[in-house]
Amino acid sequence: MLKGHQSWVFPSKPTILSTGTVVGPFEGRGPLAEDFDIIHGDLWLGQDSYEKAEKKMLEEACEVAIKKAGLQKQDIQFFLGGDLLNQITSSSFAARTIATPYLGLFGACSTSMEGLALGALLLESKAAKYLVCGTASHNAAVEKQFRYPTEYGAQKPPTAQWTVTGAGIALLGPQGKGPKIISATIGRVIDMGISDPFNMGSAMAPAAVDTLTAHFRDLDVSPGDYDMIATGDLGRVGHQIASDLLIKHNLEIPEEIFTDCGLMIYQPDQPVMAGGSGCGCSAVVGYGHILNKMKKGELKKVLLVATGALLSPLSYQQKESIPCIAHAVAIEYIQ
Amino acid sequence: MSNKQKKKLTPVQQEYQAFAKAREPKRPVLTNVLRAFLVGGFICLIGQGIADFFIWNFEFTEKTAGNPTVAVLILVSVILTSLGVYDHFAQWAGAGTAVPVTGFANSIASAAIEHRTEGYVLGVGGNMFKLAGSVIVFGTVAAFVVALIKTLLGGV
Repeated sequence: MLKGHQSWVFPSKPTILSTGTVVGPFEGRGPLAEDFDIIHGDLWLGQDSYEKAEKKMLEEACEVAIKKAGLQKQDIQFFLGGDLLNQITSSSFAARTIATPYLGLFGACSTSMEGLALGALLLESKAAKYLVCGTASHNAAVEKQFRYPTEYGAQKPPTAQWTVTGAGIALLGPQGKGPKIISATIGRVIDMGISDPFNMGSAMAPAAVDTLTAHFRDLDVSPGDYDMIATGDLGRVGHQIASDLLIKHNLEIPEEIFTDCGLMIYQPDQPVMAGGSGCGCSAVVGYGHILNKMKKGELKKVLLVATGALLSPLSYQQKESIPCIAHAVAIEYIQ
Repeated sequence: MSNKQKKKLTPVQQEYQAFAKAREPKRPVLTNVLRAFLVGGFICLIGQGIADFFIWNFEFTEKTAGNPTVAVLILVSVILTSLGVYDHFAQWAGAGTAVPVTGFANSIASAAIEHRTEGYVLGVGGNMFKLAGSVIVFGTVAAFVVALIKTLLGGV
């Protein structure tokens, strides 16, 4: 149901029945290792390319989520997925394996919340009973497409971020035990003219702020209504900018509830510069760590704002700036 | 922003960029330059050592020792790239590892490794010079221009 200008409320409260999170070895050494379902020790996952490894992670995350919910593959009506690779092949190829009707999405790193919001909307309108939504990114596959070869010795600036190797899937159902999706805000594309792909935090921060502002306005809520507001992958630089921008717009979010998935996933001593990024970042931290915290009763109401940079390697080479987007989904869990 | 006329940023964009810039960590230029100087110099020192080794042991002259020396440095760089060590070191050393011949070898080897999954012809062969290609092209162009100037001036 539309509320305000760009937000949806879900009175039927679609439920996240289960989640599946799969990560690579580098993420497994991070502080959130315990929250992930599968940690792979091998970046290849036994596949013969990194692209196949990304697809495999997505398949595994789906399997885990379906198994945890006690359902069968044929119970799932739709799979909503996307990723960062050209023509979202990882998601489409995973959908070939999962063999459920499939809607491919592209929102760059905001795909996780784009899928979750659309999934909730499908359930709200009774267009589906059970569905899975999720996304994946693989460090080596994404870097190969967007940046330099993995082993190329180019010095990255301190604003650069590290693409997360991970896949996160959420299985939604109309009711049952689990965190409920109560509302979502779909973001606008914001372009502040930043064109440096090694500075995604600065590029994406205004999109996050725009969506947050819209969310509070449309739903008439304030930051204090949430126990945690987590952005997707702004990293250290973008998080600082977003915090300060919100203060500038008289929408200060208290420091103790405002955080970023890209800051949570790695240890301070892991060499990731400004933090984690990629589709998998908000998916595995959100569906793994944050939902686990909600289930433990540590958090009741959470707002996840996944941020995405909608650039391509070509657009960057043609000197275009980086348009960005952010989608917010509010999740509540009352035991 | 998509066309050239709009290259000039709007006042809001300009304001934001100044706002963001104040909050971005700067590249540690001085440290980077110092490290590049030391590491680059050290690689050259190793190169000199290798050249002397060839001169003393294998009857090479100062002129002919260049080729085997470069070959050894390239080999070492390729091995370190294959072992996944070179890029970590390069993050620390910056231009120090990028400018010497080791950086050139790294750019070719890393692209070859990266595109191995697309096969030998379309992958390795087609992409090997993805990064090094422009160095070769503009190197040749620059050499041509310099040679042209030398020839013209030499004729006078």
